Amino acid sequence: MTSTSVAPAPPTVAAPVHRRRLRANGRRTMTAWLFLLPALIILLAFTLYPMGQAVYLSLTDYNLIRSAEWVGLANYEELMQDPAFWNAFGNTVLYALVVTPVTVVFALLFALMLNQRFAGRAFSRTAIFLPFIVSLGIIAIAWAFLLDPNIGLLSYWLSLIGIAPEQGWLTDPRYAMAAVMIVGVWKNVGFYMVIYLAGLQSIPVDMYEAARLDGAGPWQRFRSITLPLLSNQTLLVSVLALIATLQAFDQIWVMTRGGPFFRTETLVMLIYREGFQELRFGYASAISFVLLVFVFILSMIQFGFLRRKQVTY
Amino acid sequence: MSAPTVTRSRDAAPRTSSKPRRSATGRKSHATRWLLAITSIFTGLVVLLPIIWMVFTAFKPEADIVTYPPTLWPRELTVEHFVEVWERIPFARLYLNTIIFAGGVTLISLLFDSMAAYALARIPFKGRGIVFVLILLLLMLPFQVTLIPLYDMLSGMGLTNTLPGLIIPRMTNAFGIFFLTQFFLSLPKDLEEAARMDGASEWRIYWGIIMPLARPALLTLGLFHFQYNWNDLLWPLVMSSSVETSTLPAGLALFMGQHVVEYGLLMAGSLLALLPVVIFFLLIQRSFVAGIATTGLK
Repeated sequence: MTSTSVAPAPPTVAAPVHRRRLRANGRRTMTAWLFLLPALIILLAFTLYPMGQAVYLSLTDYNLIRSAEWVGLANYEELMQDPAFWNAFGNTVLYALVVTPVTVVFALLFALMLNQRFAGRAFSRTAIFLPFIVSLGIIAIAWAFLLDPNIGLLSYWLSLIGIAPEQGWLTDPRYAMAAVMIVGVWKNVGFYMVIYLAGLQSIPVDMYEAARLDGAGPWQRFRSITLPLLSNQTLLVSVLALIATLQAFDQIWVMTRGGPFFRTETLVMLIYREGFQELRFGYASAISFVLLVFVFILSMIQFGFLRRKQVTY
Repeated sequence: MSAPTVTRSRDAAPRTSSKPRRSATGRKSHATRWLLAITSIFTGLVVLLPIIWMVFTAFKPEADIVTYPPTLWPRELTVEHFVEVWERIPFARLYLNTIIFAGGVTLISLLFDSMAAYALARIPFKGRGIVFVLILLLLMLPFQVTLIPLYDMLSGMGLTNTLPGLIIPRMTNAFGIFFLTQFFLSLPKDLEEAARMDGASEWRIYWGIIMPLARPALLTLGLFHFQYNWNDLLWPLVMSSSVETSTLPAGLALFMGQHVVEYGLLMAGSLLALLPVVIFFLLIQRSFVAGIATTGLK
């Protein structure tokens, strides 16, 4: 693309080839960096630098108006004793521990079902995938209405079969978390299903034929062929699902604003509340940093654990 | 897979499953197939319930919406909410903001992501390893961690409450670079050799040879970028303090916070807000599945 080299006369006979290759390498490296330049500038300026800045801010007292004041580890010390932090931390862990496996299992079940051929398959695939592409911030408004204790259609239907929390789904401390969890699963299950479908289609059919000839039943075929050959997809899906659940915000903010009694407040909601509502940027940065470490450690553990069980074919 | 099956499936209507017909359904009884169809259609309808309900509610008169017991089917149809929504909420403004934000981010980041991915996948150069590790590390970083410094930085530049402020930090994306790098790596190596021998520039090879081949991957990533930014709630919520400078999800959520009672209006607005992403998806649906199946997401 752009080359600035003007060839100087080669001094010896043996050198030119070598030098020409060097020059070609240099030009290629130069071109590669030019291709990378726009992306790298933006990533460095708007992701890497703010990340370092987040670590620095977490060691300060800062409210955007007066300049940051160095406080050392005070924010982290406060964090350790803050019931609001532990509450949000607990809620985040609970949310992730329930939503991740439920989503992965349902994604696999739906993929297995929709990998068969029958009338209406295309409709179901699209229907189950659709929640993934619609805005949770918008569709959560519909969910909130559906679950409204007075006029909500879903509340009414559920009350007909005898399930009706007295104070309404989103305002009863015992059920609010379950309600936002269901919406969390509902939102992402279709996307992970598509990844599983792609995986299912790459399994050679001969393997099933051979297993059938050996007398393996459907469950055995599933256990010894399908599941191991889908381990790549399972790794990917569970890491993606876990990371997504740790960052839950949209539907919770719209449906409950973290209530009732902070029962559904997650770490990201706490970051938003402390940072942008209470204007405690230093403290909120400390929470973000804890979230970062948490996401990092969990992805690493999960990666290592699943990697060992992975099968390549 | 045996040869005759391949020929048959190529002749038949396009289908997504690569399994031969015989083993997929041949041995299944009619009863099983009916059961499967009914279960899956029922599942699909249950999943779609909030969206279906939203559609019906948007066409119900307000009095019908608050009647007890609630019904799914409207007793009476009206389009007044669709008319009213443009006047009551700065809806056109929100719509335009969201189109510029999501559309702009999608186009610019597809360009920058693919350029970076081309360098990483097709040009052997010094420092490639380091850049790739950096991308992988950034991939794991939760966006929320950078939220506060990013806001601080853009506020210092006077870019809060503006569209450029929303767009600029999103002009490239570690996931996009990773996704396209994986796809570009899967293309055969000798593809551009001839062109390179003929002295074509790297830009010509990237733009003229690699990019046209990457269409399914670009469309898939385009859908990801578009839906992610169209739908994003937290970022616009942080970056804009008023409904006028916000995007649809944040604007509608803020509106709901202020006037909780007008359900029909909100549902009409929500429905109009969901429409572009759904249309985008339905248009590229076929490429989308191909894009997932052939790229790094396996």
